[in-house]
Amino acid sequence: MRKKVIISFLIKTIEVCKVSQTVSKKDVLHIATLARLKFDDEQAERFTNDLNNILGYIDKLNELNTDNIEPTSHALDIYTVTRPDKAEASLSNEDAIRNAPQSENGMFRVPKVIE
Amino acid sequence: MSYEPVIGLEVHVQMSTDSKIFCTCSNKFGSEPNTNVCPVCLGMPGVLPVLNEKVVEYTVKAGLALNCQIRKKSVFARKNYFYPDLPKAYQISQYELPICEHGYIDIELEDGTQKRIGITRIHIEEDAGKLNHEAGCSLVDLNRTGTPLMEIVSEPDLRSAEEAKAYLMKLKTILEYIEVSDCNMEEGSMRCDANVSIRPDSNAPFGTRAEIKNVNSFRNVERAIKYEQKRQEKVLNEGGKIVQETRLFNADTGITASMRGKEDAHDYRYFPDPDLVPIVLEDKFIDDLKEWMPELPDAKRARFMSEYGLSGMDADFLVSAKAYGQYFEQAVKAHNNPKAVCNWIMGELMRRLNDKQCTIFEAGISPENLAEIVKLIDEGKISGNIAKQVFDETAETGKNPSEIVAEKGLVQNSNEDELEAIVKQVLDANPAETERFKGGEVKLQGFFMGQIMKASKGKANPAVVAPLLKKLTS
Repeated sequence: MRKKVIISFLIKTIEVCKVSQTVSKKDVLHIATLARLKFDDEQAERFTNDLNNILGYIDKLNELNTDNIEPTSHALDIYTVTRPDKAEASLSNEDAIRNAPQSENGMFRVPKVIE
Repeated sequence: MSYEPVIGLEVHVQMSTDSKIFCTCSNKFGSEPNTNVCPVCLGMPGVLPVLNEKVVEYTVKAGLALNCQIRKKSVFARKNYFYPDLPKAYQISQYELPICEHGYIDIELEDGTQKRIGITRIHIEEDAGKLNHEAGCSLVDLNRTGTPLMEIVSEPDLRSAEEAKAYLMKLKTILEYIEVSDCNMEEGSMRCDANVSIRPDSNAPFGTRAEIKNVNSFRNVERAIKYEQKRQEKVLNEGGKIVQETRLFNADTGITASMRGKEDAHDYRYFPDPDLVPIVLEDKFIDDLKEWMPELPDAKRARFMSEYGLSGMDADFLVSAKAYGQYFEQAVKAHNNPKAVCNWIMGELMRRLNDKQCTIFEAGISPENLAEIVKLIDEGKISGNIAKQVFDETAETGKNPSEIVAEKGLVQNSNEDELEAIVKQVLDANPAETERFKGGEVKLQGFFMGQIMKASKGKANPAVVAPLLKKLTS
């Protein structure tokens, strides 16, 4: 999970930088907030620096002319993988909530969400 | 100062598939909490979503029915946000390359004219779970997680709450015709968000919009938009500015309130989902679905008017639900009097549907039986009043109408001699009215016909009685 968060964090960062070219500390903190990550000042500085380095490296790709090339949305050259619409057995309720730190009436109990 | 509202609707429609969009859990509504869940829809690490083929089929059907262009290649994207009803912390959706685009539907306005409403896009996505708010905590049921949704986004072409409602109802009818969803707003299988802004006149640029969420019935769509329109007018008239924000409609109070603290909510950091490969549609797949497409409400309406000589209003009613049109055509096939059959469906049959809260084919009276009742009237065998009695009997007992008429001796009396005696008897019993009627008080015709019907226990044939009454009073 942690890994996934970091990856999407990086992807977002790349997007931001397409516009601004460089990542500011403010960008890092904003994205960290969206990803529910908390960095202290020193970490934020380091990430800003690291990310700018990474982006500088990735920027090398811009040297290629991609004018007539369709954007790649998937690394594999396969399409339309589907399955038939057939329902099969699910987990028991007991198994479904087995990992829940807190549960009640067969449901996951979480801190109150205020709307 | 008066303003014109500009409205666009985002409609989420749950597809009526057997299984969920990316896993084989059942897609049925109303199960015990967290019993239709598996590692995929619970968002466990290491699982792989596999797309349900019916979801593609249903969405393309909807796209074709809503006059969209179907994209040959479309891609899934992750929409990232944190909320307890979303176990993966991202929703699988479509972003840059939705499966359907650039469609439209025509709606009928109150003055009888038509208006074309653009459809920007239809994309596929998964539903989130359901939160039950309790004191001090929220309880999460993930049965709904992974229910296949199509999101249908309209252009900002709607100019009143009434137009918005008409658009929604038309959309619902079309989707029901192609059988891709139950479209039940109360049960949440069709949900609507409204983007509302106002502007001084129809040439002014669009104003800042507010997005209204949580609207769960056709009536509430109208209420929410009207409220929001008034609220924005008040803000502007008091010299204020409209803030772009998400507002929640409260059906109990009828007002919309700002959802504070959601400023970041629109920063979803979409990116292509690496777990899912692109969908590429073959021409044949799309052509086959075009071939499959049933007659849609607009075409059916036009045909009902030309083929059966029905009025626009009658035709509108009959096409408003697919089953009504089916029932009607089945009845007309059995007895060719379309106008009378339509009147019986709109009158007695609808009354029964309301009383019994059932569907048209469950009302206890088959199209053939209804046709037979109309036929008995047309042949002069029973009167309209008796026919209602026969209708109720048929619906209750399931016996066929001719049988009931024969058994109960309900056949209409057309015997001139017998009826003349009854007319005389009624005239004699009402001397004062008879004098006035003879004196030219034409409106008493109804009174006398009523009395004669009563005296004949509803069996007198009005077509025979009317000339007799005239003869005996002139």
